[in-house]
Amino acid sequence: MNLRSERVRGWIWQVALLAAVAGLLAWLVGNTLENLAARGIQVGFGFLDQEAGFAISQTPVPYAPGDSYARALVIGLANTLIVSAIGIVAATLLGVVVGVARLAGNRLLAGLATAYVEAVRNVPLLLQLFVWYGILTEWLPPVRQAISLGGVVVMSQRGLRFAWPQAHAGWAVAGIALLVAIVLAFAWRYRAERRRDATGSAPPVLPVIAALLVALPLAAWWLAGAPMAIEYPVLRGFDHRGGIAMSPEFAALAIGLSTYTAGFIAEVVRAGLLSVDRGQVDAAKALGLSPGQRLRLVVMPQALRVIVPPLTNQYLNLTKNSSLAVAIGYPDLVSVANTTMNQTGQAIEAMAIVMAVYLTISLAIAAAMNLFEARTRLVER
Amino acid sequence: MDAPAVSIRGLEKWFGDFQALRSVDLEVARGERIVVCGPSGSGKSTLIRCINRLEVHERGRILVEGVELDDDLRNIDTIRARVGMVFQQFNLFPHLTVLENCTLAPVWVRRLPRRDADARALALLERVRIADQANKYPGQLSGGQQQRAAIARALCMEPSIMLFDEPTSALDPEMVKEVLDTMMTLAEDGMTMIVVTHEMGFARAVADRVVFMDEGEIVEVAPPAQFFSAPQQERTRRFLGQIL
Amino acid sequence: MTTPAPASPLPRPDRVSSRSSRPPRAGLPARIRQAFFASRRDTVLTLALLALIATVAPGLLDWLVLDAVWGPQPVAACEAARGQGACWAVVWEKFRVMMFATYPFEEQWRPGLAIAVLIALPVLSAWPRMWNPALPGVWVIGSLLAFWLMGGGFGLAKVPASQWGGLPVTLMLTIYGIGLAFPLALLLALGRRSGLPVLRALSITWIEVVRGVPLITVLFMASVMFALFMPAGFTIDQLLRAQVAIIVFVAAYLAEVIRGGLQAVPKGQYEAARALGLPYWRMMGLVILPQALRVAIPPIVNSFIALFKDTSLVVVIAIFDFAYAVKKSVETDVVWKKYFLEALLFSMLVYWIGCYAMSRYSRWLEQRSAQVR
Repeated sequence: MNLRSERVRGWIWQVALLAAVAGLLAWLVGNTLENLAARGIQVGFGFLDQEAGFAISQTPVPYAPGDSYARALVIGLANTLIVSAIGIVAATLLGVVVGVARLAGNRLLAGLATAYVEAVRNVPLLLQLFVWYGILTEWLPPVRQAISLGGVVVMSQRGLRFAWPQAHAGWAVAGIALLVAIVLAFAWRYRAERRRDATGSAPPVLPVIAALLVALPLAAWWLAGAPMAIEYPVLRGFDHRGGIAMSPEFAALAIGLSTYTAGFIAEVVRAGLLSVDRGQVDAAKALGLSPGQRLRLVVMPQALRVIVPPLTNQYLNLTKNSSLAVAIGYPDLVSVANTTMNQTGQAIEAMAIVMAVYLTISLAIAAAMNLFEARTRLVER
Repeated sequence: MDAPAVSIRGLEKWFGDFQALRSVDLEVARGERIVVCGPSGSGKSTLIRCINRLEVHERGRILVEGVELDDDLRNIDTIRARVGMVFQQFNLFPHLTVLENCTLAPVWVRRLPRRDADARALALLERVRIADQANKYPGQLSGGQQQRAAIARALCMEPSIMLFDEPTSALDPEMVKEVLDTMMTLAEDGMTMIVVTHEMGFARAVADRVVFMDEGEIVEVAPPAQFFSAPQQERTRRFLGQIL
Repeated sequence: MTTPAPASPLPRPDRVSSRSSRPPRAGLPARIRQAFFASRRDTVLTLALLALIATVAPGLLDWLVLDAVWGPQPVAACEAARGQGACWAVVWEKFRVMMFATYPFEEQWRPGLAIAVLIALPVLSAWPRMWNPALPGVWVIGSLLAFWLMGGGFGLAKVPASQWGGLPVTLMLTIYGIGLAFPLALLLALGRRSGLPVLRALSITWIEVVRGVPLITVLFMASVMFALFMPAGFTIDQLLRAQVAIIVFVAAYLAEVIRGGLQAVPKGQYEAARALGLPYWRMMGLVILPQALRVAIPPIVNSFIALFKDTSLVVVIAIFDFAYAVKKSVETDVVWKKYFLEALLFSMLVYWIGCYAMSRYSRWLEQRSAQVR
């Protein structure tokens, strides 16, 4: 064995490193087991079947304090996913608008967009959440004097309530019709493209799709009895009943996450659009393409390649940032896990579950991103 | 007498406070080949970019085949349909194959059926001798091949006038010849061409007239024989002394 | 005069160089028109936006500035202005608590000075003239000074870390978070790129696991689980636990930034250094890292900005950073409790100034390095 050889030295270092890491882990585990035994806490995931004993304020799926910890954690996860999903959609819409606005020729619009981005990006998200939560709980009137927007939206300190159609088969049928309409829309677009390839001109695509998406569900709704009954939020006792409820915690978190992340998404979109070389637009103009065609056929395909990876990174950040819910009392996964930890003392197991969940989400998104990049990479020599 | 291909009168253009073009007058007849040369910053690129409205002129008039170039979008579209342009940086669309680059505009602007567009594109790619690269992406081609593809792309729209903005300046020396040869066959086929270039050999061989620009104005115009052997202006002489 | 070519005679081919004339439509009115009223759609948009601003701005201005209560005024003044004007008096009233939290009252000049030192350190480091071997020395001296001021001993009354709070804590967590994470991040980045499989696996594991979970979970782990991991009776101060958690967290993100910088260094540099016979660490220190770090500095500054904001999360483990101090200062005071929003806005202003200044600095750095190239 040649001790001077780099390879051998490399292996010696690695073995030493492994030994050190293993030793450290063994020591930590040993301490932990000792401490847990001293406190009379069981190691393992058995506690998940025990009765939780605490209430959760937002339960998309039915839950009662008598249910198990496992169920409570599932509720927490559901809450995390719901607020993240809504946040992602809202942040994307807002972010794209602001990002494009920053590049607008109108200086006032560009200036306002820039002011927005600089305002939200330079202040901690936690403080923004406190502001939104404060506005929603302090500045909204008490339940008895709730602000009502035509009876459709009712805002009070207890949160927001939206009027929602009463459950009726007609809506389900309309929903199915909408799905059918989406499929038909794709089919129509495909047919239109085949027609353009064959003859050079194509039947109108957008108007037909719009008509389909509106007319088909409408027709189905009509045929199924045109259910018009809407459940309005009505004051009954201490709170409004009826309609869909949105707690102030949820609203604050959703609004805060959306507005904050939108600022970052705006920058990503702006960078993507700027990354397209000006010569590309020149060439497209010289060929006679219309502004819409230039955007659709030349600029967007190139800009999207640059936009999508950092965009999904922002989605990931939003999902991780939803954990700030614990600071304003929204029962997300971390929040529920925290309560569980405090009640059972099973800190390690609870945290392990939480971290495993987030890791899974992160790795899934990263894998999807790698797939996207591999498929859309520009081919070079 | 036919209307001239391009008629420019009193053209003036500023970039902020910098005047890029000072009262330029030029007339290009159909089938004529013009080479524009001059030191950098002289306004040569700006001039030809004004012709297809990639730059907007402030004063003066430009007429392309009798159509006035102004803010009217229809006129701009008409003119762009008749004028093809080849850029120094090629500007091929990297996300499309060479064939798709060529058929994009015929399909979407001229509304050609795809089969006809493909056929026309392949014929033109054959003419510039890169038909075998049709299904490759621009990133896979050499500089010379990319520029020839760019020429084919412009030709697919069947322009009557071709503008070239320093087409060989970004190429390695061994690839300059293949592009110049392509441009020469184009000239032999009777295309009206306005070429901004430093390639004086090309000017001597192909040009009907050589235009020398300096500091935003046309200094001298003459047929190549006279331009190169007996330049009239001092500035022209100095320029020729530097590059030849 | 040229003899006209037989093809087409050219009007005035031999113009003498003329003087530039003024561009048409120059000057302020034309520029305003271009910026705000360039087309019909633009004009409508500008007018709509101006209308929107006109409806919102006056009320906002009144509340924020004109009708607001400034200066050290009693709460009665704020009560009177409630709903009309902001109560900025709460900032004066609670200033000490917000800045220094639970630090002993008479000794509060010390954290005040510490804040100045802690701000001076990164500011000095940002100044290109200070980029010389003296800089680490400055850091050591400055840090010792700051810790001495905060902790005491050697002539100053001792103040345990559990009583530290407010802006000094935020600054410390940020500055030493990045500073101490940096060498760790360097090792992780090199480890991830190394050919040794064990090293690589460990680095990747650390980086990907830490980057995949929220900072809050790392803080929880440090706070709650630390007691479990250590032998019985061995405790570390809560603040130190938070600092370690932050270092572990930041190291993973910095490692990726440094790795990006390393990837930007052309392969030829590695090859040239090897060809010169430089051993690994010499090569890294003298050739590769200076180039890699130059590329990586703007994203590192961005990490600094992000960390400055993220320190606010230590609220969840009850550490008295600036954000928590502000929150607590009004929450626990029945009299001033209503003016939480004003206190919050003040804290947001402080963060905003710090972050905005750093982002401008980052942009200045980027432009500067683009010029140097």
